[in-house]
Amino acid sequence: MITVNGEQIQKNTILLTDLLLQMNLSDQLCAVEVNKKLIPFRERDAYQLLEGDDVEIVSLVGGG
Amino acid sequence: MTSKLFHLLEEDEEMPTMTINAIPELQLEDITLTSRLVVGTGKYPDYETMQAALEASGCSAVTVAVRRERLVDSQGRSILDFIDCDKYTILPNTAGCFSAQDAVRVARLGRDILEQLDNAGSSWVKLEVLGDKTTLLPDPVGTLEACRELVSDGFSVMCYTSDDPIMATRIRDAGATCVMPAGSPIGTGRGIANPCAIQLCIDLLKKPEHGGDPSYPVIVDAGVGTPSDVTVAMELGADGVLLNTGIAHAQDPVTMAKAMRLACDAGYYGFRSGRIPRKLHATASSPWDGTIAGE
Repeated sequence: MITVNGEQIQKNTILLTDLLLQMNLSDQLCAVEVNKKLIPFRERDAYQLLEGDDVEIVSLVGGG
Repeated sequence: MTSKLFHLLEEDEEMPTMTINAIPELQLEDITLTSRLVVGTGKYPDYETMQAALEASGCSAVTVAVRRERLVDSQGRSILDFIDCDKYTILPNTAGCFSAQDAVRVARLGRDILEQLDNAGSSWVKLEVLGDKTTLLPDPVGTLEACRELVSDGFSVMCYTSDDPIMATRIRDAGATCVMPAGSPIGTGRGIANPCAIQLCIDLLKKPEHGGDPSYPVIVDAGVGTPSDVTVAMELGADGVLLNTGIAHAQDPVTMAKAMRLACDAGYYGFRSGRIPRKLHATASSPWDGTIAGE
């Protein structure tokens, strides 16, 4: 299992870039953190997600 | 009498015109703010209203938040579709963070997004480390810890804090680019609750006789409800004002944004014009000489 934004998904391993593609987020401006560590956008393509990883995908919203 | 009146008018017309300098840009390291207002992008009824309000406010920098899941709105639109990134510097905040660790995480995530946009705000963060959800007042210990870490990581930190003057100097000493004392708690619309405290923050940070630097930026942040609140902050000598709810939750956000803009300009000029001292006793504006009353 891999956790993405608090929800578990049925994956044991997947490339981060493929996960974003599956979530229709590959064209969205976002940032990704795995196990509370930022994965810079330039390093996403080669980043392999593993069993138990906790992924946060965030973007910008209105705020003060 | 008629000819003398005309003569006076002609004399007036010949008087040299007094020039009033335009309000200068506010330089924050590599970012130039063409307006002294920084406006938040939250809480608007819709993106179109937000876009129009930002335009009416005249601001050149806007704040945004970093959040999961809400990558697009119900119609599939992103807030970035409504913010001209060539026009506005985007300042990501760490709102919602209650620890220094979380604030640092969020700041780095925001930087990663803005680097993809190649926006001037990519190395900037509006730092908030909050103490609790009831007051939304800043946690001074967490704020200081996060400020130090972010500065060492290369961030330019615009640091939200309470109106405590000593805390303001600690944040400056930690390397913050700009200290942003709260007028009153976030979203309360109570205005400048303690003008003396804000004045002391400004004195300690900006006046050389109190160890300050006139060029060090102080921006009053939070609690602004009305245009006159903005004016008060600027009349106290703040370099700018950051606000969100006062515009976004007004009945007419766009017109309120315009009012805030004018109020900011009024306060800027008012502070630099040298106000009269407050006095206990009245002094007449009209001359006593020549009065016919009471003769």
